[in-house]
Amino acid sequence: MSDRPRAPGLLDPAILVPAARDAFAKLLPTRLWRNPVMFATAVVAAHVTWVFLRDLATGTGQPVFAGQIALWLWVTAWFACFAEAVAEGRGKAQAASLRRARSELTARRLVNGAAQPAVAASDLTPGELVEVVAGELVPADGEVIEGVATVDESAITGESAPVIREAGGDRSAVTAGTRVLSDRIVVKVTAVQGSTFLDRMIALVEGASRRKTPNEIALTVLLSGLSLVFVLAVATIPALAAWSGGGVGVIALAALFVALIPTTIGGLLSAIGIAGMDRLVRFNVLATSGRAVEAAGDVDVLLLDKTGTITLGDRQAVAFLPAPGVAERDLADAAWLASLSDETPEGRSIVVLAKEKFGMRGRDMAPAHARFVPFTAQTRMSGVDLEGSSVRKGAVDAVMAHVAAMPGARTLAPEVRAAAEGVARGGGTPLAVARDQTLLGIVHLKDVVKGGVNERFAELRRMGIRTVMITGDNPLTAAAIAAEAGVDDFLAEAKPEDKLDLIRREQAAGRLVAMCGDGTNDAPALAQADVGVAMQTGTPAAREAGNMIDLDSDPTKLIEVVSIGKQLLMTRGALTTFSIANGVAKYFAIIPALFAGIYPGLSALNLMQLGSAESAVLSAIIFNAIVIPMLIPLALRGVRWRPAPAARLLAGNLALYGVGGLVAPFVGIKLIDLAVNALNLV
Amino acid sequence: MTIEGWILILGFTLIVAALARPVGLYLDAVYAGRRTWLTPLVAPVERGIYALAGVRPQEAQGWRTYAVGVVVFSLVSALVVHAILRLQGVLPFNPQGFEGVPPAIAANTAVSFVTNTNWQSYGGETTMSHLSQMAALTVQNFASAAVGMAVAVAVSRGIAARGSGTLGNFWVDLMRGVLYVLLPACVVLALPYVALGIPQTLAGSLQASTLEGPTQDIAVGPVASQVAIKMLGTNGGGFFNANAAHPLENTGALTNFIQMVSIFVLGAGLCVTFGRIVGDERQGWAILAAMGSLFLVGVGLTYWAESHASAALVAAGVDPSAGNMEGKETRFGIAASALFAVVTTAASCGAVNAMHDSFTPLGGMVPMVNMMLGEVIVGGVGAGLYGMLVFVLLTVFIAGLMVGRTPTWLGKRIEAREVRLAVFAILAAPFAILVGTAFAAAGAGTAGVQDGGPHGFSEMLYAFTSAGANNGSAFGGLTATSDFWAYGLAAAMMVGRFLIIVPVLAIAGALSTRSPAAASAGAFPTSGPLFVGLLVAIVLIVGGLTFFPALALGPLAEATASGLF
Repeated sequence: MSDRPRAPGLLDPAILVPAARDAFAKLLPTRLWRNPVMFATAVVAAHVTWVFLRDLATGTGQPVFAGQIALWLWVTAWFACFAEAVAEGRGKAQAASLRRARSELTARRLVNGAAQPAVAASDLTPGELVEVVAGELVPADGEVIEGVATVDESAITGESAPVIREAGGDRSAVTAGTRVLSDRIVVKVTAVQGSTFLDRMIALVEGASRRKTPNEIALTVLLSGLSLVFVLAVATIPALAAWSGGGVGVIALAALFVALIPTTIGGLLSAIGIAGMDRLVRFNVLATSGRAVEAAGDVDVLLLDKTGTITLGDRQAVAFLPAPGVAERDLADAAWLASLSDETPEGRSIVVLAKEKFGMRGRDMAPAHARFVPFTAQTRMSGVDLEGSSVRKGAVDAVMAHVAAMPGARTLAPEVRAAAEGVARGGGTPLAVARDQTLLGIVHLKDVVKGGVNERFAELRRMGIRTVMITGDNPLTAAAIAAEAGVDDFLAEAKPEDKLDLIRREQAAGRLVAMCGDGTNDAPALAQADVGVAMQTGTPAAREAGNMIDLDSDPTKLIEVVSIGKQLLMTRGALTTFSIANGVAKYFAIIPALFAGIYPGLSALNLMQLGSAESAVLSAIIFNAIVIPMLIPLALRGVRWRPAPAARLLAGNLALYGVGGLVAPFVGIKLIDLAVNALNLV
Repeated sequence: MTIEGWILILGFTLIVAALARPVGLYLDAVYAGRRTWLTPLVAPVERGIYALAGVRPQEAQGWRTYAVGVVVFSLVSALVVHAILRLQGVLPFNPQGFEGVPPAIAANTAVSFVTNTNWQSYGGETTMSHLSQMAALTVQNFASAAVGMAVAVAVSRGIAARGSGTLGNFWVDLMRGVLYVLLPACVVLALPYVALGIPQTLAGSLQASTLEGPTQDIAVGPVASQVAIKMLGTNGGGFFNANAAHPLENTGALTNFIQMVSIFVLGAGLCVTFGRIVGDERQGWAILAAMGSLFLVGVGLTYWAESHASAALVAAGVDPSAGNMEGKETRFGIAASALFAVVTTAASCGAVNAMHDSFTPLGGMVPMVNMMLGEVIVGGVGAGLYGMLVFVLLTVFIAGLMVGRTPTWLGKRIEAREVRLAVFAILAAPFAILVGTAFAAAGAGTAGVQDGGPHGFSEMLYAFTSAGANNGSAFGGLTATSDFWAYGLAAAMMVGRFLIIVPVLAIAGALSTRSPAAASAGAFPTSGPLFVGLLVAIVLIVGGLTFFPALALGPLAEATASGLF
């Protein structure tokens, strides 16, 4: 589906090499201080380096040991920076190609209907009109106010099939950097360069505007607090040991401190956040903030538009139900005539059904003889007037009222109404058809529920998320479709303000609501929802109101967005648990080594039977460092997630990351110690 | 280990569990201001006190007002106790004619009783006049316990509040704790104690003729009433220096059992009260289950360790099958002494019926670890619950992330502010214990230490642990009367009390302003066995990681040097 360059894989050298370079720059104190755990690591590394240099210069102490510890401490901090740089890497590559698209933009202003010579797009101001013709790039975000055109939006969405953009309605928004393929449109500029959708997209994929999310802040506080606890635990050791008259090596102490503080999660925390945003981007959803991604994981209620999400976008005509005394063929003929000029999917499906059943083909309809009557919201009917005869089709009530108002009307209301209700009860939409004063019958339009949605909603229910179907249908029809699709609830005959009210009600009960929408009248609800996914094809108002934009304009993706949000939080939680549980093994490695000189009996705590005090300390530090790059793929990919009740998820993750976090370092440190001793590193 | 020993331990656990619900429901009724069977008797007194003190009982306080009330009340109490102790020489009810208590000891004692620690660096029967015992110390036994319960109830209310931003009225909670709970319960408890031989008199001492002929002064006094409140209020300050090992303070197996149950009963009941206040009793039972699991592990370990004779006893030719009877009363034996040691340190009581200093290294480590974990295993009245709630909050936070949701607890989102405050609260005890011990071990406190090597270190570590955790039990082997110890431990007690209470109230304050959301199937239940297990693990890992180096230099070094026992 995408003709953008293929998203690079996890271990693509094109990303790893620049990331390795960037990681050094990130070690600067001015940048590192934002990550308290890594900042502490670097401070300790600097101190041990100083000890190493001093010992080297004076020829005292253990310079070989100190040097290796210092090296690995720096490597620990560098790995953390590297993880962040790798996570940013993919976004950077994408941003670069978007930037190229932006730099070439020029515009031709339209003043008093006349196009002016081309100027740089950056000179435009909001409200100005520009003309864009086939082959040109749209210079700025704006709204089509005149004309229709096919537009290639692949630069933004990756979707190569062109889309229609036209004045008025819900498909009027055009985006800077997209190419007009046919016709000519006049665009009213709504955003200047620097604040266009393209600019926002560049900033988002690059992570330039990244701020810590509420959960990330809370977790950083917890990790800093744990680090403080370990400052206390480690800093008091020399004084505590003074009682016993033994000295404690400053290098081993420094190593103990870094081994205990949660460097693993501290080092990967920002990478996890960036990767979460990146997963959304690769999924062709842009989140305006990390907060929105997190909120997606918390969603309790999903509001889904029926059309396009739960049912196939179009209702299909499936049957003609003639009134008593009317031949089915006459009904079909009238319905077919009334639909010939109706370009809606429903209208076309009537033509198709009539052709299938009765072989009706196009007949000569000279404009003089036929006058098409378009659908309006007032009449709720459409049709055609032909040489003194008029054919109408439309909402049952509207057509009946229309017929009743004509002289000599044949009233078959009860029978037709019964047929209409039967259709509605079955989840279909009845359409009445009349010729002149005669009510001919009902066309049964059926909503086709998408395959597989039932299972998706069942999954959501297991996750504790309630689905609510929003539809303009009457309650009867809505209930039938809701039952067929398996949603938890529905809102029938929904007006935009009903949607807004529903969101407010759910929020008042403390629930988080997600919805998607594309029309201008969706904008208030999109803004009110905790997660509002605007369709890229939607109006500028809708795109402004949402906190996510779906470039594929596929409403079913809301479900994936939720799972990406959950995955993001779970990855943080899992690695935090892993990191804290790791501390236990590190104690058993370092404490016996630290106090071996004072109380030889404490070697009983050397459960791993590590070779020597120095090798134990070095092995623990090496393990502590290399576990970060080993977990980078997990941090970037996110932990595995499948819909399940919370208790089951918790049990599974605890078994894997909690128990695993306890056991893994025992094994890892032992193996590294064997290697360290085999190589005689200390 | 014997069958009888295990029956005692399990029987004790079951009785406490059985009492938790009725006690918890009663406490809930009392603090909610509902009618109880004592209301006709006590309500007029209560109203009179409010009228005299100018308290408007209906006035709900925000967390700041509540916290200021707690701190101011405690500081004023400390000054009053200090004054009475200093001036006892010129005050009445001093039949033995004791002098005023020296300044450092008086300050230490004042802080100790106000913080519900009841660390005693003096011998009660040889230092304190009856006035000091009754007007200063016993009053604080009631008041400090009532403060602890009030804070626990206020915190529970904050967690349950639907956006009101208020926690209740401190003065009302304080008075209700005293009038409806502690005073009547002590009256009820003192009677069996007197019946079982614990003295209750205002006389100074009795003269007895010993078998050898000479006469002996036997100190007596209002012992039964003080024992009742010292256990119930988890104060632990003994009337006698020997505390619950003294034959007149704890006459036998039955008084011993009643005393142990009364240490736990209010703390266990408060868990149920918490559940009632937040509208789901299972929440309280889950917390109590976590406490119970930690407790049984501790008792089992201590009982097992103490059932082994120490190397010194074996060398001296004592029958090793008797276990480690050094420092234990023969009328209690191994099981009742081990159980008492774990109970008194799990709760922040600090009464002792055996010499913890004489326990085997591992047996003595369990009481220390109990305190280091923040005394969240039932804990001091109120203090145990609100301490545990801090751990619950952290557990919810970590577990919440692991199921992919912003952590919510009882329908309320946990945000950075609450995590920050919880971290503060968790840092308080390690700060007091480790920094205090570091100063002591580096030289400031070594003068008063009896033993060398890791055991001497344990003596210092235990003292600061006991103070920082507001326990008050003494390991022994330490003369803590020097200015360093008196003031250092007082500081540790203050930190361990108020640097937990204030952040915990602030957490409750923050949560009280939020309305709880309806429970969602996406959030995990905080009442199941999985959550209990995770809570236990978090308590053990956080506490264990914090104190592992200190424990390694004390009991672990001692145990590994002497072949475990």
